[in-house]
Amino acid sequence: MEELANLFHGFAVALQPYNIMLMIIGITLGVIIGVLPGLGGANGVAILLPLTFSMPPTSAIIMLSCIYWGALFGGAITSILFNIPGEPWSVATTFDGYPMAQQGKPGEALTAAFTSSFVGALFAVIMITLVAPLVAGFALRFGPAEKFAVYFLAFCSFVGLSKEPPFKTIAAMMMGFALAAVGLDSITGQLRLTFGVTELLNGFDFLIAVIGLFGIGEILLTMEEGLAFRGGNASINLRVVLQTWRELPTYWMTSLRSCLIGCWMGVTPAGATPASFMSYGIAKRLARRGNNFGKGEIEGVIAPETAAHAAGTSALLPMLSLGVPGSPTAAVLLGGLLIWGLQPGPMLFVEQKEFVWGLIASMYLGNLAGLIVVLTCVPLFAAILRVPFGIIAPLILVLCAIGAYSVHNSTFDVMLMLVFGVLGYLLKKCNYPLAPLVLAIVLGDKAEEAFRQSLLGSQGSLGVFFSNGLVSTIMALGLVALFWSAIQEGYSRLRMSMA
Amino acid sequence: MTEQSESGPAHKTVEIGMALLIGVFGLIVIFGSIKAGINWGAEGPRAGFFPFYVGAVIVGASAINLWHAQRDDDGRLFAEWGQLRQVMSVVVPTAIYVGSMPFIGLYIASMVFIAWFMRWLGGYRWLTVIAVAVGMPVVTYLVFERWFLVPLPKGPFEEWLGL
Repeated sequence: MEELANLFHGFAVALQPYNIMLMIIGITLGVIIGVLPGLGGANGVAILLPLTFSMPPTSAIIMLSCIYWGALFGGAITSILFNIPGEPWSVATTFDGYPMAQQGKPGEALTAAFTSSFVGALFAVIMITLVAPLVAGFALRFGPAEKFAVYFLAFCSFVGLSKEPPFKTIAAMMMGFALAAVGLDSITGQLRLTFGVTELLNGFDFLIAVIGLFGIGEILLTMEEGLAFRGGNASINLRVVLQTWRELPTYWMTSLRSCLIGCWMGVTPAGATPASFMSYGIAKRLARRGNNFGKGEIEGVIAPETAAHAAGTSALLPMLSLGVPGSPTAAVLLGGLLIWGLQPGPMLFVEQKEFVWGLIASMYLGNLAGLIVVLTCVPLFAAILRVPFGIIAPLILVLCAIGAYSVHNSTFDVMLMLVFGVLGYLLKKCNYPLAPLVLAIVLGDKAEEAFRQSLLGSQGSLGVFFSNGLVSTIMALGLVALFWSAIQEGYSRLRMSMA
Repeated sequence: MTEQSESGPAHKTVEIGMALLIGVFGLIVIFGSIKAGINWGAEGPRAGFFPFYVGAVIVGASAINLWHAQRDDDGRLFAEWGQLRQVMSVVVPTAIYVGSMPFIGLYIASMVFIAWFMRWLGGYRWLTVIAVAVGMPVVTYLVFERWFLVPLPKGPFEEWLGL
């Protein structure tokens, strides 16, 4: 019951007029970021992070997390109206959303998408409310070995769950660890890997990497494809909304299933994009009208949107309770915590109650506000998309430069951002995943610290990672995740030979 | 190479180049770690201990990626030359923009950059170009420097204006 009291206190924090204003600003900016190509959730939050340096942390996280919710909502608009996914996780929404719009039912498709997003998010927030304090309480007992095991599990899940070839995932991830290691060593205070370059004394900031890899890299990819927008008008009126809402409860099974898929994929760092694809695929197989999927079936909009939003939201569960973010955007938010002087991890629930519960309460309110904002303002956001890329692209590039500069007031960082941008373009074209790279830059120092502290305790013996039941279990899970694709292959070969 | 209507670098070539590049990066990491000390000192594992193994894994993973890249060749193009020209037409001006920022400040550089982009790549009328190119930095100034008090790099022109 203590949680309930905490949650109500959180609502009191989130409902302060200043915070409500930030919430609305955040949602609106987020939707715009989600609608525009080249400005994603992670990158948008990274650019705006410097603006929050002077704010109280609770207000700052409310605004930034609302940008994230807004971006999750916004991706659906472009997918349905223009067949252009504004975000990777809304690719699956185009399959049935765009055909629906072409059949003259854009209002229905958008209403279904937004409502499903809201349902997915609400499910995930309720889960966070109930589960996060328990996980955090449990994690308070973790020593360095257990901490390292959790990081190990998180990174191994990337290798096992991502669509990209495992060795490319490993290479990208390890590059992140190496970049994180540059500069002052936090334990010995010694300089390393700087090769005499003074600008590298403080190492690579992951915000610069995020803005370059996701922002500039995305713009370069878009330039290559030579985007031309063509799309119809869209408006939603109350009658369509109510009519669609009456229809939606019949698909409760799909919604529930997608919520569960989304939460699972969000907590393990697989993220929103695979969650939306998986949910769409399973709905297609199980739905009564599954053969109609791809031709404008409303269930084909509900499934991916619910899962994507549930995954995007539940990615904050491990970030809050363990200090391990479940997605790149969650990683940027975690970076924000460090900048505002908060230590992410289980201690947050003990020391920063107001912050944690204010954030959780703002998730309920922010998603509700988001639903209202997107339902009422769709024509406005669709109009933004009709601004040609020739104008949008230079503005986004300038915004990226401003964001990169203001992290440390350094023009060197801006140049670094461009280098990361070109690197991001090449990596993406060659099928290297970017999310583990960014996560490794964020968590590299902490993972290394936990690793070295564990070894210090054990006098250098790796046995410390298998010294008790808890740490052995987490490490074993990590190893299973690491070799998951090999295990799957072996299993299917075994079945082939049995048959 | 298969017959294609448009030509460009093969995907395989870029893939191999990328694996090599990452491999070299791994070697640099190993080299730097050895310089920092990879063994145990009085304070436990030395600074290069962890990055050394990270570098070793990078080199190993790149070797496998390299082997995969040169083994399977599907004749795919990385991109057409025309597409790459499009990409370079953004990268080069952005590099100039970023490089000139320390000297002329962010505002003037942004104005020139936006104007160049819209005029040459977008083909807009001068009136539109000037409106956006001047408007955006002014809005930026008001939002960042006045409202949120975030200082941005300025050059001689802003100094002359006394901003």
